[in-house]
Amino acid sequence: MPGASEKSKKAIISWNNIWTDILRFSKIYGSDLVYQERYNEVTSKSFCSAKIADQSLIKSGAQIFVDTLIDLGVDTIFGYTGASVIPLFDAIDTVCKVTPDVSMQYYKDVTAPLEQMTNYDRIISEQFRRIKMSEKSSNTRTGAQIVVDTLIDQGVETMFGYTGGVVLPLFDKLYDAPINFIVPRHEQGGCHMADAYARASGKVGVVLATSGPGACNLVTGLATAMMDSVPMVAFTGQVRTDLIGNDAFQEADITGITRPITKYNSIVKDVEDLERTIREAFHIASTGRPGPVLIDLPVDVSLSKCSGNNSTEIKLPGYHISGKGHTRQISNAAKAINQSKKPVLYVGGGVIIANASQELRDFAEKAHLPVAMTLLGLGSFDQTKPESLDMLGMHGSAYANYAVQESDLLIAIGARFDDRVTGNIKTFAPNAKTIHIDIDPASISKNVKVDIPVVGDAKIILKELTKQVEYQEREEWFRKIAEWKKKFAFAYDKKASNVKPQYVIEEICKQTKNKAIITTGVGQNQMWSAQFYKFIQPRQFISSGGLGTMGFGLPAAIGAQIARPGELVIDIDGDHSFNMTMTELATAVEHNLPIKVCILNNGYMGMVRQWQELFYGRRYSKSYLKNPNYESLAKAIGAVGMTVNKKSDVSKAVEQMLKEKQPCVVDFHVEPEENVWPMVPAGKSLNEMNGLDILERLI
Amino acid sequence: MKHIISALVENKPGVLAHVAGMFAARGFNIDSLVVGRTEDPDLSRMTIVVIGDDRIVEQVRKQLAKIIPVVKVQDFVGQPVVARDLMLVAVSCSPEQRPELLSLIEVFRAKVVDISQKYIMIEASGPEDKIEAFINMCKPYGIKSVARTGTIAMPRYEKTDIRTPRTEDDKES
Ligand SMILES: Cc1ncc(C[n+]2csc(CCOP(=O)(O)OP(=O)(O)O)c2C)c(N)n1
Ligand SMILES: [Mg+2]
Repeated sequence: MPGASEKSKKAIISWNNIWTDILRFSKIYGSDLVYQERYNEVTSKSFCSAKIADQSLIKSGAQIFVDTLIDLGVDTIFGYTGASVIPLFDAIDTVCKVTPDVSMQYYKDVTAPLEQMTNYDRIISEQFRRIKMSEKSSNTRTGAQIVVDTLIDQGVETMFGYTGGVVLPLFDKLYDAPINFIVPRHEQGGCHMADAYARASGKVGVVLATSGPGACNLVTGLATAMMDSVPMVAFTGQVRTDLIGNDAFQEADITGITRPITKYNSIVKDVEDLERTIREAFHIASTGRPGPVLIDLPVDVSLSKCSGNNSTEIKLPGYHISGKGHTRQISNAAKAINQSKKPVLYVGGGVIIANASQELRDFAEKAHLPVAMTLLGLGSFDQTKPESLDMLGMHGSAYANYAVQESDLLIAIGARFDDRVTGNIKTFAPNAKTIHIDIDPASISKNVKVDIPVVGDAKIILKELTKQVEYQEREEWFRKIAEWKKKFAFAYDKKASNVKPQYVIEEICKQTKNKAIITTGVGQNQMWSAQFYKFIQPRQFISSGGLGTMGFGLPAAIGAQIARPGELVIDIDGDHSFNMTMTELATAVEHNLPIKVCILNNGYMGMVRQWQELFYGRRYSKSYLKNPNYESLAKAIGAVGMTVNKKSDVSKAVEQMLKEKQPCVVDFHVEPEENVWPMVPAGKSLNEMNGLDILERLI
Repeated sequence: MKHIISALVENKPGVLAHVAGMFAARGFNIDSLVVGRTEDPDLSRMTIVVIGDDRIVEQVRKQLAKIIPVVKVQDFVGQPVVARDLMLVAVSCSPEQRPELLSLIEVFRAKVVDISQKYIMIEASGPEDKIEAFINMCKPYGIKSVARTGTIAMPRYEKTDIRTPRTEDDKES
């Protein structure tokens, strides 16, 4: 950050934390800020009222935020935009124009350079060299050896991680272990790789990082995995137990930091507990509603020796999973389905996690049901079938959204009624009875009141339901659906002379015959991938849904490729999503992974730009950044690089890309201001979609 | 509505942080939270009083149960329970006021635990409203400080024939 340190008045701001302050400020200043369920609605709303009132004293939350910062003497802010902070960026933009001495500087990465720790490393390595010597003469194991042995015992073949002072004992044992170890260029990348490895294979993803900065770099990746219920085990090194709590070098309270973003975490302070804790971690991560589990391992525990008489059996009195489902509720569900005239299946990622896609297909076929999927549910049902309603929700298909709104019975399986799916929850599926099948009791009746709850494993319950349902023709319902499907298909301007991003995806889908594993960034690229690639198999679409983590695409492609070596893996990415973790291209090159990266390069943070176009009068505040030449960049790193400017070159470029045996980056210069349609604006009902007129015109 | 939720938790470090963090992150309001040992050295009991409608309290219950070291969760609403708070209160009291205050203490079945020229420290226990009433009665004398435990509770063994005789306190709950 050039010059930053000279400035006395500066603030590095984590945007998320500011929300609470805004709410507080607005109270102090008595503005018209009304607390609503979603923060972004708060500021958008109050922002609008500020605009109308204009000269009056009423200020928006965003305005108060900016005014207060200026008042506090802040002249430089470092930040990155996103849906919930767009109002702030809008307000900042105004100020920057009005008051030129308030400069807005912009940095993509605020990670400070890591300090070297050579001295420390030396002490540690000496310590374990001594222990290693003594180990040879006895048959008791050190903590580090237990970790490696237990991982092998748990069937771990591949893991991801980055070294550092307090994990040197582990890396020493891994040196001779039969585990394929992938080192990313940044721990966040490693965490996403382990995540995608798990999503692509169904196995537990394992990641390892050192204490302090290494552990903190896992945070985004763990939160991503948590939101999308991905089975992962993360190991972090920790400072010596006698130093914990002393602000020791590279100490971070990682169990405290990650408690809300892991399914479970614990610190092992006694080597006797180590093996049991690891076994418990794998059990917790991979059963029930899966999720990441973190084990924090102080270096002295890795180095100390275990007596060998320790109990290694899992002991989890508070962890129960109900798999089979309540028999009466299942028969109630079957009855409701048999009676329904206008049913819709609403399928989430849970079906894929439960490996229940085949059961879902059998069930939908036997009962004759249309299937709508969430972003993470894509692939659970074959999208080339007429019964597929494709994706529902904010950028879902009009036919899925209309069908849900008109249905008399909604059958939710492994889904959680997320606000991006339901729109305004009060008017969601207003005429429908709801059945909700989920392994997580806390997901049931969290957002909507469910009529028939079934807690259990989707695979078991779907099998049972299939036995009890009868085939119904539902001619009228399916006729209506077919009409909607025809009238409101996803569409774009095929006659346009420039490269349309949707066309690129359609071409990829066509040439890969619907069979590639697709990973994505976040934003428009992600939504178009979901809309225009028609998936046919589970574990084929790998995307950060719940957290919406930009930068997921490339490391995810690497993780998926390692999990499924023979298969075609393509990252359809946004330019700015790619910018966040593009350093991992070096990892792909090192391991000679034949992944393909298709950058839909619109120059913009397209999704943010779309919101600004629609809701902020085209004021594109901080959503345009200068990009590198990706072709040269790829080549410099040792990958294949290509640039596509012309529509007529798209098909050839995809063809050539698919032939490449090395990592390959194709920079598609696409229409900069293309929008994703349809769109349900935040807080509106699912049937209140924008852009249908545009789609109708284009079809 | 007020719900008393009782959670048996494993005696592990971080459990309290986990429970408190979950309440904060999900925006549930805690009226009181008490943690203490149980008959089993591996388990502690958390008694949490939450105020909210049925939907919220159901979520509280489920989210609690989801925390791995939480072994069992019960919501005592609608059940006959014995619910108690314990309080220590220091009240200004001159020697002349003592007889009056002592008779008040008698009525509330409270106890004098410390006494000096200017103050009396009183230990009182019972249902929450009784404690509140006692504080109100003490106010005119001048309250120096109050320390309260928050509610702990246990369901009654209704189904058994042999019932423990009910005390005055129990009737109030
Ligand atoms: C780490 C992170 N920061 C910010 C955001 C907010 N955000 C959502 S989409 C988006 C723009 C994405 O731009 P790009 O990757 O170029 O994709 P496009 O929409 O242009 O396809 C932003 C900033 C996010 N999702 N993740
Ligand atoms: Mg972009």
